[in-house]
Amino acid sequence: MRPFQNIRIAIEALRANKLRSALTMLGIIIGVGSVVSLLSVGNGAQESILAQINGIGTNLVTVVPGVLTLNTSRPPAAGSIGAGARPLTDADARAIEERVSNISGVAPEFTANGTTITFKRTNILAAARAVTPDYLMVRNQTIGEGRWIESSDMSTAARVVVLGADAAESLFGELSPIGERIKVANVPFTVIGVLNRVGGGFTGNPDQSVYVPLTAGYRSLFGSRAAYRGDNRVSVIYISALNNDELETVAEEVTTVLRSEHRLKIDDEDDFTVLTQEQFLSIAGAITGILTIFLGAIAGISLLVGGIGIMNISLVSVTERTKEIGLRKAVGAKRRTILIQFLVETVTLSVIGGFAGIFLGWMVATLISATGVLQATVTPNSVALAVGFSFMVGLFFGIYPASRAAALQPIEALRYE
Amino acid sequence: MNDIPVNLKAMIEARGLTKVYKMGTTEVRALNGVSLDVFQSEMVSVIGQSGSGKSTLLSILGALDLPTSGSYKLDGREVATMRDDELAALRNQRIGFVFQKFNLLARSTALANVELPLTYAGVPSRQSRKRAAETLTLVGLGDRLDHKPNELSGGQQQRVAIARALVNNPSIILADEPTGNLDSRTGEEILELFHKLHEEQKITLIVVTHDPKIAAQCQRVIKLRDGVVVPDDDTRPLMTYEALRNATLSEHSDSH
Repeated sequence: MRPFQNIRIAIEALRANKLRSALTMLGIIIGVGSVVSLLSVGNGAQESILAQINGIGTNLVTVVPGVLTLNTSRPPAAGSIGAGARPLTDADARAIEERVSNISGVAPEFTANGTTITFKRTNILAAARAVTPDYLMVRNQTIGEGRWIESSDMSTAARVVVLGADAAESLFGELSPIGERIKVANVPFTVIGVLNRVGGGFTGNPDQSVYVPLTAGYRSLFGSRAAYRGDNRVSVIYISALNNDELETVAEEVTTVLRSEHRLKIDDEDDFTVLTQEQFLSIAGAITGILTIFLGAIAGISLLVGGIGIMNISLVSVTERTKEIGLRKAVGAKRRTILIQFLVETVTLSVIGGFAGIFLGWMVATLISATGVLQATVTPNSVALAVGFSFMVGLFFGIYPASRAAALQPIEALRYE
Repeated sequence: MNDIPVNLKAMIEARGLTKVYKMGTTEVRALNGVSLDVFQSEMVSVIGQSGSGKSTLLSILGALDLPTSGSYKLDGREVATMRDDELAALRNQRIGFVFQKFNLLARSTALANVELPLTYAGVPSRQSRKRAAETLTLVGLGDRLDHKPNELSGGQQQRVAIARALVNNPSIILADEPTGNLDSRTGEEILELFHKLHEEQKITLIVVTHDPKIAAQCQRVIKLRDGVVVPDDDTRPLMTYEALRNATLSEHSDSH
């Protein structure tokens, strides 16, 4: 018995039973397709969230006032100041800049959410962010047009403004805003630049924001709102560490500096919170982990349904196939030949169905990506999981009844009801 | 002119065959010590009432089942103790089995059904197609090669089954109620085919039947009752061999 004749017999049996073959394959296609597409969505969501977190800055350490505990907190909304907590100040930022080593930049920010921005007759609401020149680098943003805030703007408290991409578009449409005068909370400012779009909104929407020099903000916009004991409040301080390895050290040094600035005793709790990008990532990782488990559960159910489909088809055809096996044995098929035939049938269906399922899952992932909601990416793991499972189900429900039937004497198999 | 069968070599030697089925706690003895010889080129019928064990006997002679005890030699080789693979080879090479219910692969063509034993024998595709087509032509279905069983009449399906039994040139053909599912006219046509194969190809044939008219056309009748062979004097051939031979010859000359 030559090997290719085994394959020939199996292919002939599959072709002779097109409906049964198609239904079995359908079970595999549905199982594999749903697992691949669902896990690609979960994976895409995870990647997109992690990318946003990475996008908020480079080796970023974030300091917010008040105490956030990781268990209960949301990521801090920029500008929210814990009621009664000691605020962070401009002086805190300067102290960090002077005393913490291995940092490439310190960017304090004072935020006034919901500020009215006016150009001619157009009004929009945007976050007015008073920042320093370091902010651009620390927050990983780039200038699209014009220029960014410079130290000379800081020293003169110049009334200049850089627009986020969305803010620029809603105020000016296609026109270039550079050099135009707009009003920020009714105070006239001159537009000097427009930022590139960054997307996302992990710490407020950076595109729907306008950026002014910190000094100008204090002098012209916020006034007494920002004053605190002869200094100026900041909503948040961003610190960029020189490299990723220094992140934890920088966070510890920042804590030490701020504790001494705030004159905390050894037993006192911190009255501020230092978050590293790693911590953001771990929070987000926990959230996306739940998402992935959830999608995985749905995918698992799909696999189960697909598996039950395969099982049904196999069990329904057991009687017919048992007789077929009896007949094949009666005309001289050896037990091994029968098993090889069923193995080849199962492998053929699994491979074709598996590929079709992967293709289906990939199509769904591509369609979802095309909507722009998220970038669904098919991972080798999900493909291996889905194909492996379907293959096992097919193998078990295809081979197990066949091997039982092949063990019978031909006449018993022929009489099987 | 043929010699009478006693001068020929015994192709089948069965001694003390028993077959016991366990139905729950009770045992059913389908065969209870059957001994018989069948000679080369003989056409033998096995008759008996339903439950007499005739189908069980035929399954054992066809190597489709094994006896509980006893000895069964086919062409001098002991079958009762053969391994599974040897049995498969034996069924493939030496035995052709014709079932009452045809047992064709329902979704395969007549040609594919007849090719099946050749495929299991390892005959290359081109040769097996040719031989299967020739055998189908021999049983009168040369123009039905690509028909599936549900496109054929009962008689035609049984002819396909007979072609399948013949295609590997077996030593012996065993037929279990081959006309049981056919109307009487079609049944006679099938029997004529058996006679023709017997006459022209000198094929050894054992036909199980409950129909005395069919048994009457065979050279020898073995009668079973309650799992044992009823002694010879009770089952004297209904015709003498010479008479039978003359009868079959004249029948064939009539039909040609």
